[in-house]
Amino acid sequence: MSVSSSSHHSDHSYILNSPGAMASRQRSSLRGTSSLSPVAPDQQYLSISVTDPVKLGMGVQAYISYRVTTKTNMEDYRGVEKMVIRRYSDFAWLHERLSEKYKGIFIPPLPEKSAVEKFRFSAEFIEVRRRALDVFLHRIASHPQLRFSEDLRNFLQADEEIWAMERARSQEGTLFKKKPSDFMQIFKDVQSKVSDVVLGKEKPLEESNPDYEKLKHYILELEEHLGESQKQAFRVVKRHRELGQALSEFGRAVKSLGDCEGGSLGKAFSGLGGRSEFLSYKLQNQAQDLLMNFEEPLKEYMRTVQSIKVVMGDRAQAFRQQQELSEATKLKEINLEKLRLVRPDRVAEAEIELREMRVQCDEATRRFEEIVKRMQKELVRFQEDKTHDLGLAFHDFAEGQAQLANDTADAWRTLLPDLESWSQVAENNGI
Amino acid sequence: MTGSEINYKPLEDDNPSRTDAMETLTLGQAPQTYLSNSDYRSAISASLSVNDSHPLAPSKQGSPIQLLQEPLEIDEDPFEDNYPDHLIVEPSYASEEVFVSCSGEASSNGSASFVHNNSTLSRSPTTLRTEILSISVARPEKAQEASGTLVTAGSSFVTYLILTRTNMPEYCNTDFSVRRRFRDIVTLADRLAESYRGYFIPSRPEKSVVESQIMQKQEFVEQRRVAIEKYLRRLAAHPVIRKSEELRLFLQSEGKFPLSPSLDMASRMLDGAAKLPQQLFGDGTMSIAPQEVSQPAKSGRDLVRMFKELKHSVTIDWGGAKPLIVEEDKEFIEKKESVKNYERHLLNASQKAEALVKAQEEMSEVMGELGLAFIKLGKFESEQAISNVQRSHASNVKAFATASVKASRFSREANIQGVKQLDRFHEYLGLIQAAHSAFSDRSNALLTVQTLMSDIALMNTRVEKLTVASSKVFGGDKSRNWKIEELKETVKTTEKARDSAQTEYNKIKEHNRAELERFAFERHRDFFAMLKGFARTQVEYAEKKADLWTKLAEESSELAVHRHRAAN
Repeated sequence: MSVSSSSHHSDHSYILNSPGAMASRQRSSLRGTSSLSPVAPDQQYLSISVTDPVKLGMGVQAYISYRVTTKTNMEDYRGVEKMVIRRYSDFAWLHERLSEKYKGIFIPPLPEKSAVEKFRFSAEFIEVRRRALDVFLHRIASHPQLRFSEDLRNFLQADEEIWAMERARSQEGTLFKKKPSDFMQIFKDVQSKVSDVVLGKEKPLEESNPDYEKLKHYILELEEHLGESQKQAFRVVKRHRELGQALSEFGRAVKSLGDCEGGSLGKAFSGLGGRSEFLSYKLQNQAQDLLMNFEEPLKEYMRTVQSIKVVMGDRAQAFRQQQELSEATKLKEINLEKLRLVRPDRVAEAEIELREMRVQCDEATRRFEEIVKRMQKELVRFQEDKTHDLGLAFHDFAEGQAQLANDTADAWRTLLPDLESWSQVAENNGI
Repeated sequence: MTGSEINYKPLEDDNPSRTDAMETLTLGQAPQTYLSNSDYRSAISASLSVNDSHPLAPSKQGSPIQLLQEPLEIDEDPFEDNYPDHLIVEPSYASEEVFVSCSGEASSNGSASFVHNNSTLSRSPTTLRTEILSISVARPEKAQEASGTLVTAGSSFVTYLILTRTNMPEYCNTDFSVRRRFRDIVTLADRLAESYRGYFIPSRPEKSVVESQIMQKQEFVEQRRVAIEKYLRRLAAHPVIRKSEELRLFLQSEGKFPLSPSLDMASRMLDGAAKLPQQLFGDGTMSIAPQEVSQPAKSGRDLVRMFKELKHSVTIDWGGAKPLIVEEDKEFIEKKESVKNYERHLLNASQKAEALVKAQEEMSEVMGELGLAFIKLGKFESEQAISNVQRSHASNVKAFATASVKASRFSREANIQGVKQLDRFHEYLGLIQAAHSAFSDRSNALLTVQTLMSDIALMNTRVEKLTVASSKVFGGDKSRNWKIEELKETVKTTEKARDSAQTEYNKIKEHNRAELERFAFERHRDFFAMLKGFARTQVEYAEKKADLWTKLAEESSELAVHRHRAAN
């Protein structure tokens, strides 16, 4: 089991045994209540880890379950430590809920759904997925807003039966219940098309914000570069494995040549073969490390960019809604003035409608502006995280390569004096 | 063989003109030879330090690969890379030949003492000798055959410039060049195979089936040029063959290559067919000139002999006549088997070495491409940077990308060396092929001897029968007696031939033995050198890469402190 520190580099809140935390724990156990008492924000921690993947079920129904362990002193959480069992679809549910409720925030990405590989369930696939889920929860836990999500709390704490109920309920909800905004949207679409025709006006569907334009281009181009880098990273892993394989076979062949040759030259060949086999093993290990600590982080950032694109879509949608509602409000105002002159009896009704429309328009504006504000902050956070995480990935890569190179140099270096003495023996024997 | 052809044999032949030449040669060289023998120890210790720095160490600028790929500039020294240490070195049994004939023991009986002397000295470390024979092949050119015949109307072919630099006294010049075509190489190879039976003769480059069409391609011509050069250099590296007259004529004689392709199938068959009537319609005398037995019957010159030896070999196989010397054959068979077994392992090692080299190449390639992708990313981030965080990120990316590209270059350089070094495996496979041929020479020679011996036995039996029959006739049977006399004559001739064949067989056996020793010696020398070179190169480049990556890791180490990725 691993403990991941929830310390984002800007907020160092991971004090496990701070006096405040201890005190509040004691208090809660004395009181017998399950809820934790409030802790100062800079002393809060939320540490989550995903471990122990277990394959359950048979055949097509088979799935992997994971152990999710939470350690926290945040209020609204019952108890300091909690362990639950979750599967991929549970994570997906959490992701969807967060996406709905926190528009404008880059929701940490999930690993791919991958219907095909699931069937094979190779050890590597399972480990890669486990790690990605772990990173997913960790990112949520260190996000200043997401960490307070109620859905997250339920995900982390609900016992099996409650959890099953909760999921069933929300599933039901999403199937039949349409949110008011969606209805409005459909309605507005129809209306705005009519008003377009009536007013003969072109509706601006997109923001004309030059900075935002630049940002959109940046994100798209970044996606391309990351895609290319990730592709190369994948190939690097593959080549490491292939080189390891080739070294192993070479080592074997040379060893057997050495056996055939015999004498000091035979020993020399065996030495060569042995070193090759050793380095082959190191290469395979390095390939594994590269997969986990280099290729996967790059893939994560690709997915993160995807989630940014989702937010960009949300923003565009919010913008459209706001525009349309504001159009509709204007129309209503014009209409109202007309009615005052022509149909005074309708005025009261129209005024009420206008008021409601204005409220909705304000609501849409508020939503849009919230997304814009959040995006701003998120982008800063994104750049910081990217710099840190990719920097770490580069560091790990460099360390791994340095280690491999040192192992290689050592292996061949130690062979040289042996070669000298063996060739000397051969010369002494007259060959 | 017809008399007009020059017969070039290794030294202990009865050809008087040759011995004269040898004597002049050895007299001229005597001081050196005596010196090398008496100051043996000091010469050895001097040579050992030279041998330490093996030519395959990666220090050479203007590497051979470059040389091979670029067209030859007239100012460049074509022999720059020609000279691995072992070409300077003279395997002692070659010098022993000189020594022995100098003291006047040059005769066929001297072969016994020759063998003895050879065996003691050939085990000792090599001495420094200054006989150089450097060869380069360059400037392929198209040429037109002068339309002499009605059949072939001036077909085009390629000639190659063969440049030689030498200080060997047999060559009356130090620097010279001639133009040769591939057909001449084939002739040279065939003639060497004839003259040097029992030796491990390097195999020549292959002919091409669809030559005329393929020859148009620049690439193929270049490949062939390289192959020819490699072949000639291998010949020059062989202690016995480098002194051959055939090679000298090839390298030196201006104009058309003077040796005719005596093993040309067509003329072989023609010669054989011409002889056949004489043999068949003669009085059943199967006379074989002694000098003919020096060639295997299977060369097709003598169809009758070919059939006889074939019949004889079949007889042997069916448990008829006993093979000559059983133990030696058994030892020989074991030796052949062990060479075959070694060949199998060597082939496997060679193939896996090739695969390894390819995997290394692909690795360096991918590291380079990784670096390029990140250079692009870094550039992009740098251009779009609107905060210090982004700028710092861009510089991280660039540092990483640069390291990756540098590492890729190191890997590639290491691999270029590795290719050359590990090619030794492939080279020795070729040498084993030569060994197989040499072993065949021996088997063929043995077959010739045994065939002749059984002929003699048969003829003697016939003589006996005729004698008995003749004695029964009163007053002597004139025709039978005449036949007996004739047969006795033939027996005498055949016995001479048998003796000759026996000598030839013994010679070939000795060549085999000496070559096997040389093979073992050179194999040890070459493979140890290869292994040392390979290990050194790997260490060198691994250290460079380690430095590179360690520096990068150290520069980014502060990030490891803030590790907030989940530990496994």
